Amino acid sequence: MSLTSYFLQQLINALSIGSLYALVAVGLAMVFGILRLINFAHGDLMMIAAYIATFALMSHIPLPIALIMMMVGTVMVGVLMERVAYRPIRKAPAVAALLTSFAVGQILQNSTLLVSRFAQQPVQIAFPQIDFLRGVVTIGDLTVSKVNIASLVIGLGLLFLLNQFITRTTLGLSMRAAAEDLQAAQLMGIDTNRVIVTAFAIGAFLASIAGLLYAVQAGTVNPDMGFTPVLKAFIAAVIGGFGSISGAVVGGYALAFLEVLLTAIPGLGDILPAATTSPSVISFFKTYLPGSLSSYRDAFVFVILIFLLLVRPGGILGTTDREGRQ
Amino acid sequence: MLQIDNIDVYYGKIQALKGVSLTVNDGELVALIGSNGAGKSTTLRTISGLLRPKQGSITYNGQPIDKLQSHDIVRLGIVHCPEGRRIFGSLSVNENLRLGAAAQTDKNLIERTRKDVYELFPRLSERGNQQAGTLSGGEQQMLAIGRAMMSQPKLLLLDEPSLGLAPLLVESVFDIIQRIKERGVTILLVEQNAWQALDIADRGYVMETGKITLSDSAAALLTNPQVEQAYLGGAV
Amino acid sequence: MAQTLKSNLQRNGFLILLGGLLLMIIGLESSGSSLWQGIFINLGLYIILVVALNLANGFTGVFSLGHIGFMALGAYISAILTLPLAQKRSYLPNLPAWLATMHFDTMIGPFPLGFLLATLIAGIIVMVVAFLVGGVLMRLSGSFVSVATLGFLVIVRVLLVNSSNITRGSRTFSNVTGYTDMWWVYIWVIIALFVIWRIKFSSFGRAMFAQREDIAAAESVGIVIMRPRLLAFVISAFFTAVAGALWAHFLTSFSPNAFYFDITFRVITMLVVGGMGSVTGSVLGPITITVIAEFLRRIEDSTRLYGISQIILASLFIFIIIYRPGGLMGEREIDFGWFWRRGRPSKPAFEGGGEQPSKT
Repeated sequence: MSLTSYFLQQLINALSIGSLYALVAVGLAMVFGILRLINFAHGDLMMIAAYIATFALMSHIPLPIALIMMMVGTVMVGVLMERVAYRPIRKAPAVAALLTSFAVGQILQNSTLLVSRFAQQPVQIAFPQIDFLRGVVTIGDLTVSKVNIASLVIGLGLLFLLNQFITRTTLGLSMRAAAEDLQAAQLMGIDTNRVIVTAFAIGAFLASIAGLLYAVQAGTVNPDMGFTPVLKAFIAAVIGGFGSISGAVVGGYALAFLEVLLTAIPGLGDILPAATTSPSVISFFKTYLPGSLSSYRDAFVFVILIFLLLVRPGGILGTTDREGRQ
Repeated sequence: MLQIDNIDVYYGKIQALKGVSLTVNDGELVALIGSNGAGKSTTLRTISGLLRPKQGSITYNGQPIDKLQSHDIVRLGIVHCPEGRRIFGSLSVNENLRLGAAAQTDKNLIERTRKDVYELFPRLSERGNQQAGTLSGGEQQMLAIGRAMMSQPKLLLLDEPSLGLAPLLVESVFDIIQRIKERGVTILLVEQNAWQALDIADRGYVMETGKITLSDSAAALLTNPQVEQAYLGGAV
Repeated sequence: MAQTLKSNLQRNGFLILLGGLLLMIIGLESSGSSLWQGIFINLGLYIILVVALNLANGFTGVFSLGHIGFMALGAYISAILTLPLAQKRSYLPNLPAWLATMHFDTMIGPFPLGFLLATLIAGIIVMVVAFLVGGVLMRLSGSFVSVATLGFLVIVRVLLVNSSNITRGSRTFSNVTGYTDMWWVYIWVIIALFVIWRIKFSSFGRAMFAQREDIAAAESVGIVIMRPRLLAFVISAFFTAVAGALWAHFLTSFSPNAFYFDITFRVITMLVVGGMGSVTGSVLGPITITVIAEFLRRIEDSTRLYGISQIILASLFIFIIIYRPGGLMGEREIDFGWFWRRGRPSKPAFEGGGEQPSKT
């Protein structure tokens, strides 16, 4: 494999993972922007979506209907969670809501466990194959999996639609206003409850798509599959300046690039053709950047988060202050 | 039009308003003056639904509104232009104005109101696409009032519109308030700048530490020795 | 006059509780029921974890979600230390030489001195880690800093999983000697409760608690605030690590998965239910949740509805947050004088020691 192909492959990797992170991070950022709530159960929305799709497909429900069930179901759960768990504590300190979001996550995860048991399925279920997302596409010596391309295309498409919604519609405008100053928005005659529910609904919708793509990529679903993605999405949102939607998108891609960089650079040692680079460089790669660096990736990403919070709490786009306010 | 009866309002455990009563009649411009922390802003925020009174009632044209949500109160025609302007700095001037009309459905009416607002505030029409956060203090105040006008107010609550503005701008703000009154909008004006406020008002109330201490016609208040001493010494 | 009477009552009340605890332990020991002993030991460990977390949260103003990372470190460090030499060679063949030669399994008669030393060493090492981590964290603020503390949990886990030479990675770490028994646990429980009680009611303790909500004002006072807060955080980490060591030598086999999210949430639930800011709450919370959890576990076993206990506990948590966010005790402490005022004899009626009258 040539160096350029390797590079392109990793680029597509990064873009596709970035799209997933962005889809999830945007939902988190929208809710945080308006309510200052970090909804940890957001990752579990991805999980719910993946499970709905799994069970639907396993029951031989045709794909389009399964997808609709997935999207509607996830949005319903998202809206319900706002109504039952978050609305009553809107005036409480932020920590209360954060802890509550963990509790909501526990409920969702264990409910899924229960349902799996009823359906006589194991804890971890293999995700049913979706035909047109299966397999790879080869261009020259470049091999890209179809699901990566799909993630990229779908992700960008949805983000574009979201952008249109936010900038052109009154409801979208109301959401931006509410994120900046909730009280002032109320004084405009905007029904802020409706705006909040919309934020949850859109976030849940995007999370459902991300959940599906994630499940296809991973090949399996399990009740705690949402935990790592939501942590990553959180980091992505912070990188971009927590609360800003565009920031969340930038952060998502930035994080993906960072991660791919961490895993790709070690791999360079293996693909560098002996003839093009000096042996000492190759041995440098092999000894000091072993492939196992990638297993430290998750930890490293968190170190970055803490570093960012210390040095530039406003994120790269710098829209939030130290308290996480704008 | 607006009747506030004996309301008590608390911030947590601290009582901010004690037995406050006031009336605003159709077409009037009523001034609410007093020093910092007297409770004037709190009164407006209670009317617009951001706060709820623990005791007492607020009625608007006979209908009790003290338990309504803010957005419903706006739809009744009571529009609050808050202290500190609170414009949406990250959005453009036009977007801010559009938000003012967020609760409106009649597109023609919205357009006509927008033209009206541009007429009142020509500077805003020039700066339509500019980010609101980059406007000067005076322009932001114009935007805040303009945005409030977009909500089709029948009763306009203005909270310290002259705050932080240079004297020349203060003049134009009060000019505009008068022109708004001429358009038939009832106004409840909260101000620290007592002289200017009473100058354009029909009636006035004086507030101190959460209570109404004086209530009279504006002209009478202007010549009232207590008021003169406390609020008008060093006029303008 | 009433004041001395009250403080006498308080002292007597505590002594009576202590006596009750003693009776409880002796009773359980002799009963030979390892099931109930196990439940009681678990309870004690949770009490230590909760009161330590209470200390950290109450003083730093940052809700530390990654505290179990300290527990994990305490568990692994102490377990590695106490492995006898021969075991070490066969079980952990790739240990670095300096570790492979250490073995803290010496006994003095029936007393496992090695275990005590290993526990203390683990605690001290974790204190150093906490000093560094806390020093960083204390500069941050805002609710999403709590999420950053989750990062610590993840980082510890990743480190444990990747240091397979030392920790056996994600595989189970077993062959640990079961030194822990009820005496060990409850002596540490009493130490922890005592220390944290004293801190809370010390002069800076009172100041810290009062300022907890007003971090901005506290920050304006500057570094002076930092050091006591950091100290509190470090002490809290010490006890959390001790709990980890005790736990490791109770279960005798564990893996990094044990120190992740589920136990974190369980401890937080107990903390909230008991009352954040109350030492008494740190005892009542674990008791309440343990009782409920055991009850629910019986139901789970009989109905095979695994997961239902978690759902109910999480729902209880949400319910408490909405309707009684102060938990059982709020920030208050147990007041034995209450009995006197109600006209009851000062010797409270217990049902089997260890239970504490709660309503104040």
